[in-house]
Amino acid sequence: MTKPLVAIRSVAKNFGEFQALRSVSLDVWPGEVMCLIGASGSGKTTLLRCINQLAAIDAGGIWLDGELLGVREQGGRLHRLTEREIGRQRLKTGMVFQRFNLFPHKTALENITEGPLQVQGRKSDEVRAEALELLRRVGLSAKADSYPAQLSGGQQQRVAIARALAMKPMLMLFDEPTSALDPELVGEVLAVMKELAKSGMTMMVVTHELGFAREVADRVVYMDQGAIVEQGRASDVLGAPREERTRAFLSAVI
Amino acid sequence: MKPAPALAEGFPDLSGMQIAREPHWFRWVSAALIVLVLAAIARAFANGQIEWSYVSRFLTAKVILEGIVNTMVMAVLAMALGIFLGIVVAVMRLSPNPVLKTVAAGYTWLFRGTPLILQLLLWFNLALVFPTIGIPGLWSARAVDVMTPFLAALLGLGINQGAYTSEVMRAGMLSVDIGQYEAAQAIGMGRLRALRRIVLPQAMRVVIPPLGNEFIGMVKATSLASVIQYPELLHNAENIYYANSRVIELLIVAGLWYLLVVSILTPLQMLLERRFARGTLQFAR
Repeated sequence: MTKPLVAIRSVAKNFGEFQALRSVSLDVWPGEVMCLIGASGSGKTTLLRCINQLAAIDAGGIWLDGELLGVREQGGRLHRLTEREIGRQRLKTGMVFQRFNLFPHKTALENITEGPLQVQGRKSDEVRAEALELLRRVGLSAKADSYPAQLSGGQQQRVAIARALAMKPMLMLFDEPTSALDPELVGEVLAVMKELAKSGMTMMVVTHELGFAREVADRVVYMDQGAIVEQGRASDVLGAPREERTRAFLSAVI
Repeated sequence: MKPAPALAEGFPDLSGMQIAREPHWFRWVSAALIVLVLAAIARAFANGQIEWSYVSRFLTAKVILEGIVNTMVMAVLAMALGIFLGIVVAVMRLSPNPVLKTVAAGYTWLFRGTPLILQLLLWFNLALVFPTIGIPGLWSARAVDVMTPFLAALLGLGINQGAYTSEVMRAGMLSVDIGQYEAAQAIGMGRLRALRRIVLPQAMRVVIPPLGNEFIGMVKATSLASVIQYPELLHNAENIYYANSRVIELLIVAGLWYLLVVSILTPLQMLLERRFARGTLQFAR
């Protein structure tokens, strides 16, 4: 029997008084492409950041590939993992940010090789060859030696996807990957993501691109006020939503 | 196809005309006034009680040249110590660990809060507090032998500089977007590696202009070490005028050297700025 790659159980996260996540539970299965939709402040980005441990959860638990994230159970208590252990757990996930966050002082190629060389300590010939292959895959072979400032937003985001893939993650997290892009550049990034989905990568995508969700997602999850309101097949959630709140959101977006 | 509508009358073609040069009378007058004032000052000095032959003779005297070498050696070493301490303290200050934070804040408070010349005198006179220093059972020495003018000046200037540099470094690190830390973490980097590989190289770009400022300040601050007998430029110039009483002449000699050194440092700073501007638009290949 297969197990979920990500198991999220009763996760809560507060920022001061604000409850960003209230008791969220969810499974993500290997090879699944999941799109998270919802208004800003609904907790979808926070959920991704908790899976990647850029934010520490306040209650509940997240298991990735069977391993409890961020804490260790010992003698009936939870102990926080060290920074090093958290770093090791992060290697299983790749994160793509809304604002790309490429390293501006490094070329496209150096951005991609930085993690494998510095963190994983792998051999440079091999890493370089893989990075060039990744650049080819995102359609940017000609831009290996360009700095981020010389690339368009769409190109930067494609390099950022390649950078995340270079760590060979089991799970790719996309945090509104096209929201900061000019409209004419959205398509090239979505095309790369579609190709990635086809290759069998497990993906969680926070997005406002409902067309992408309809076409690519195996499952769409609608969140509101820190909780999952509705989830299911893309055609069901987007085409025939059961919940009133989902209907209201969709009619506001379209 | 419809023909383009005719352009309206009354707006003549100006393309052949040149823009006339303005006379800028005020600039000429003010420049002339400044030249006049400078000439008057120069004349006053030329006719004053200054033996210019002494200035030119001592400008390249061996003792003065040794002084400038010692000044530069001290400025470079103390600045290196200051930058090292500054980075360490800034990283401590930004760490989540409250002990490290407090120690860092205390260091900055103490060494920024007292005059540099007082700190130099304290280091130099450390032997009054601790006649012998060392590690119990391993090594010990008389403090007067260890705390030479050189070491006292280096510690005094470097540790004081570290307190100021830490704030410059902290500002530089804070100027780097939080997304850069997150992207570094997302590819599995720990805090220190992210600082070294990702944040500091970007912070350097912001930090170099104020650091250049601090280094120029340091070159001149070494003159304070003259009070603890460190043989830098001003100290050596003073020693000469104690002997020959040509006070102003030797102060001018020292002043000219300081000016020359600082003038050379400015273009060097530009080179450094270029080096760390990699990836920014104006210097991108």
